[in-house]
Amino acid sequence: MKPAPFEYFAASSAADAVDALGRFGDEAKVLAGGQSLIPMLALRLARPSALVDINRCGDLEGLTESGGTLTVGALARQRDLERWARPRSPLFQEVLASVAHAPIRNRGTVVGNLVHADPASELPALLLCLDGEVTARRTGGERTVPADKLYLAPLTTSLEPVDLATKARFTLPPDGAGWGFAEVARRHGDFALVGCIAVLVLNGGGAVSHARLGFFGVGGTPVRSAAGEALLLGREPTAGRCVEAARAAAAALSPDGDIHASARYRKTVAATLAERVLAAAVGRCRRPA
Amino acid sequence: MKRAVRVKVNGTDYGRDVDVRSTLADFLREDLDLTGTHVGCEHGVCGACTVLLDGAPVRSCLMLAAQTDGHEVATIEGVAPSADELHPVQEAFWAKHGLQCGYCTPGIIMSACAFLEESPTPTDGEIREMLSGHLCRCTGYHFIVESIAEAARAMAARRKA
Repeated sequence: MKPAPFEYFAASSAADAVDALGRFGDEAKVLAGGQSLIPMLALRLARPSALVDINRCGDLEGLTESGGTLTVGALARQRDLERWARPRSPLFQEVLASVAHAPIRNRGTVVGNLVHADPASELPALLLCLDGEVTARRTGGERTVPADKLYLAPLTTSLEPVDLATKARFTLPPDGAGWGFAEVARRHGDFALVGCIAVLVLNGGGAVSHARLGFFGVGGTPVRSAAGEALLLGREPTAGRCVEAARAAAAALSPDGDIHASARYRKTVAATLAERVLAAAVGRCRRPA
Repeated sequence: MKRAVRVKVNGTDYGRDVDVRSTLADFLREDLDLTGTHVGCEHGVCGACTVLLDGAPVRSCLMLAAQTDGHEVATIEGVAPSADELHPVQEAFWAKHGLQCGYCTPGIIMSACAFLEESPTPTDGEIREMLSGHLCRCTGYHFIVESIAEAARAMAARRKA
């Protein structure tokens, strides 16, 4: 038995879990898939005095697509999203294939991954690039936090210990949108050293009408590149312009160096990956008729 | 802190009081004496402790025993159809030398069984991707890939017969 002692509370509904979190204050952690929390408990990097297990909260299940928005309940596993994506969204499919391994995705939840806020994780960057948001409930209220206001620092979001993340929403790219995803990791399924996601939409004239270029693993939080996106918007995404945007985007990053990779390496790789994902996104764009 | 759980393991119902800090891996090995599930890293990286939870592979070190209440678990002890017969995946590992020291093998077999249910005719690339979730410190990966490919062929042949 490796974790430090804790009280275990199996909530029966979202309201029950919210109550418990209110009661325990900042002493409790929510246990959803547990694929990051349980290792942290085993290594005693986390020593909460209580775990609020939400796995029996039927009202937190579900994954629904409606009107171009994908809503993912707090208990939807990464594997559920992968199965949803298989016939529908090669972007989600490709991103999820890089999230750890099947046995981890069978348990790990999408929302848990999003609010765990590992800076090298793929899904937070995808949430950012798809103008997503996370809904959180606490005793007496509910609020929705857009992705660009969610991530503050490594493993730190603007949610507080009394907040229960109940669902996340992704805005699905419109028909005809092009996308690209790439990451460099030491082994398949490992956290990325650097990763990049792009989503582009062209107007009838062939100019970029919507651009998202995001990175992960290059700092404390996932980031969207204002510099890179600005160079593409309103213009035709020629090969030269994509290279220019990729370089500008990478130049604006300030990654940290660590035992896995130096800051310079990360920046160089970021430029290369951005070039590749932009080229892939342009290649996949279909112009409106 | 203890908690009562009722869980079905390899078809048998068990009722036990478990310490809430116990992982499913500890519970299987220490409370149920099912020591075929091996514990390697105990933080989800190595894959040795993989078991099936309601048919899907999961890391038994990354789940609390208390969470299995009302669920079904399958471990390596329940894979063979009878005492003197091997499962086709086990048979293939034997025939193709898919194990050396055998420590990682139970986890790989559990993953492979679930994987072949979902992808009955996998490519080598798909097998390798699935294996990326398992570490073999003897590093006999080529033979493991061949074993799983052989198991897929044998199971396909059985379905036809």
